[in-house]
Amino acid sequence: MKILVCITNVPDTTAKITFAESDTKLNKTGIQFIIGPYDDYALARAVELKEQNGGTVTVLNVGEAEGEPQIRKALAIGADDAIRVNAEPTDSYFVASQIAHIAQQNNYDLILMGRESIDFNSGVVHGLVGEMLGIPSFSPVMKLDIEGSTAKFAREIDGGKEYMEAPLPLVFGCQEPIADWKIPNMRGIMTARTKPLQVVEPVAVDDMAINEKYTQPAAKGECKMIPVEDVEKLVTLLRTEAKVL
Amino acid sequence: MINSDFYRIDELLTDEQRLIQQTVREFTDREVKPIMEDYAQRAEFPRHLVRKFGEVGVFGSTLPAEYGGGGSDYISYGLICQEIERGDSGMRSTVSVQSSLVMWPIYQFGSDEQKQKYLPRLATGELLGSFGLTEPDFGSNPAGMKTHFTDEGDYYLLNGSKMWISNSPIADLAVVWARNEQGRVQGLLVERGMEGFTTPEIHNKWSLRTSATGELVFDQVKVPKDNLLPHAMGLTAPLQCLDNARYGISWGAIGAAIDCYETAVRYAGERIQFDKPIGAFQLTQKKLAEMLTEITKAQLLSWRLGVLKNEGRATTAQISMAKRNNVDMALNIAREARQVLGGMGITGEYPIMRHMMNLESVITYEGTHDIHLLILGADITGIPAFK
Ligand SMILES: Cc1cc2nc3c(=O)[nH]c(=O)nc-3n(C[C@H](O)[C@H](O)[C@H](O)COP(=O)(O)OP(=O)(O)OC[C@H]3O[C@@H](n4cnc5c(N)ncnc54)[C@H](O)[C@@H]3O)c2cc1C
Ligand SMILES: Cc1cc2nc3c(=O)[nH]c(=O)nc-3n(C[C@H](O)[C@H](O)[C@H](O)COP(=O)(O)OP(=O)(O)OC[C@H]3O[C@@H](n4cnc5c(N)ncnc54)[C@H](O)[C@@H]3O)c2cc1C
Repeated sequence: MKILVCITNVPDTTAKITFAESDTKLNKTGIQFIIGPYDDYALARAVELKEQNGGTVTVLNVGEAEGEPQIRKALAIGADDAIRVNAEPTDSYFVASQIAHIAQQNNYDLILMGRESIDFNSGVVHGLVGEMLGIPSFSPVMKLDIEGSTAKFAREIDGGKEYMEAPLPLVFGCQEPIADWKIPNMRGIMTARTKPLQVVEPVAVDDMAINEKYTQPAAKGECKMIPVEDVEKLVTLLRTEAKVL
Repeated sequence: MINSDFYRIDELLTDEQRLIQQTVREFTDREVKPIMEDYAQRAEFPRHLVRKFGEVGVFGSTLPAEYGGGGSDYISYGLICQEIERGDSGMRSTVSVQSSLVMWPIYQFGSDEQKQKYLPRLATGELLGSFGLTEPDFGSNPAGMKTHFTDEGDYYLLNGSKMWISNSPIADLAVVWARNEQGRVQGLLVERGMEGFTTPEIHNKWSLRTSATGELVFDQVKVPKDNLLPHAMGLTAPLQCLDNARYGISWGAIGAAIDCYETAVRYAGERIQFDKPIGAFQLTQKKLAEMLTEITKAQLLSWRLGVLKNEGRATTAQISMAKRNNVDMALNIAREARQVLGGMGITGEYPIMRHMMNLESVITYEGTHDIHLLILGADITGIPAFK
């Protein structure tokens, strides 16, 4: 079985986010980057499936060279080889097009992604890739087993879970508890050094979106206490100040 | 996030070293930190962690992969010690003993058969080892050791005892240093179960309570001839092992110091007295500023020593300086940090008191604070002042 795992290179969840270049870019100074946490689950399940069923795990990142430590980490965790599409990942459509292009050349049985990136949080790349390849995609998937050429999986839905099966090939957006989070071991880190990491140039895709500007969420204001008798004042404030009514 | 890497030592590391550090930190946060207080209070060794240490690969990380090692460099080994000692010095001691004092001598002085037989199983944590040098009457002066063996044709007959041995009560294997009939020090691999070999535990320690410490007692133990380390002759062999372990300790102590420092910074920001966080008072700031300065100096010392070690150029005296300075630094930071936490500092709610008590062993074992001073003094003047 050939598995492709798509990983993002994202700021650590505890990083303090600020912007640069007139609020059009993330200020990367002092920020530690990590593999997207949902992508980590996808990777962990891929490695488990490989251990159970044999096959190969390839990791793919659309991003610049600065993301290579994260790719090496994925190799240390157990992927066999890696591909980096050498481009700044500017929008979901662009990223999905690159992933689909790689997938078309390689006939993967399974394409595992995270349910969403943790910077843009769009949660659309898996859907787009499925559409581009003409194969089904499901998200968020929290349980996945493979029996022969059939995937049996469960999806988180409003108020419950949905149990499904479908024939391979498939695209999944994964989330916990699909697998135990894995940390690499020393031997894995050392062998990752010599595993192949192929860098390819992106295919041309029209820019579908331009990021004009980022803003921080408004700082938490002071808490105003309004006595019970002043319900009217509360309503007015909710209308005029908080603008939520 | 509290920044305890003030001079960006991080940028001096390779991607691989950084990944190793992150990995072991994650391991410590997940597997070590949450259970240390409980095990320390009960003075119990968390046996289940031995296998987990093996899985993550921190045993024998510098040895080649063919023997189950990680094939990594000495800065990586230092970072492993640092990240584990953020959790507890007792756990770092387990890793130091297994890696530097058991696996390393077998690798360095052992026969091919010994390496094949023991190293892979020590690397996975299937076997746990101990290192017996210190004796009841010979601590700082191991050259006086009395434990000895005689050649009985088919086997060696070992007699004597070792004291203060980390892991002894639970270890499957002991690397034992003893005199041969000519009075030269050699290394023997003594396995649990050999007749006449016992390992009584030392109880009621106030320090390193998560690590089991005990004696190794040899009463007419018949040791197979295959268990003699063929390439170790003289006291320099165990002293070389100690150089490796002490090097790791110099990094490890930084981990304990960082954990104390970060705890103190967090607490100083939260604890309100006289209507302000105590971190707003100059005296608290002085403590924190000095802690960070000392941690930074220690990091630079160990990092540079690591570079020298990787190049095979680190001397015993250089290692003594780093071990002595960094452990003393960590102990002082633990004491200051404990004060920042006031009464809370003495409880098990916070790790500081445990680190502080642990470091009282660390400052004594692997050469006491004063002995390292004398090693430096001898290096400077050319005149040993030990005797
Ligand atoms: C402020 C900010 C700064 C950024 N800085 C960087 C940066 O410095 N370097 C950088 O590489 N990216 C950077 N990104 C891009 C980001 O990491 C995503 O790769 C891309 O924007 C897709 O986001 P999405 O929300 O559409 O993905 P989603 O649809 O939410 O992602 C779903 C899944 O698709 C897969 N996927 C998404 N993007 C990629 C990708 N690029 N490569 C492989 N698989 C992917 C993952 O499995 C992911 O879990 C930045 C984004 C933001 C908001
Ligand atoms: C928890 C723990 C774990 C240990 N684990 C191990 C282990 O795994 N294997 C092992 O072999 N050993 C181990 N040790 C032993 C340790 O290495 C010794 O305790 C240490 O070498 C000191 O020896 P000692 O305790 O006999 O003290 P002593 O040598 O009696 O020293 C007592 C004091 O006298 C001072 N002193 C001694 N000689 C001089 C001198 N010439 N000039 C000035 N001052 C001097 C010392 O600095 C010290 O302050 C461990 C010890 C502890 C506490």
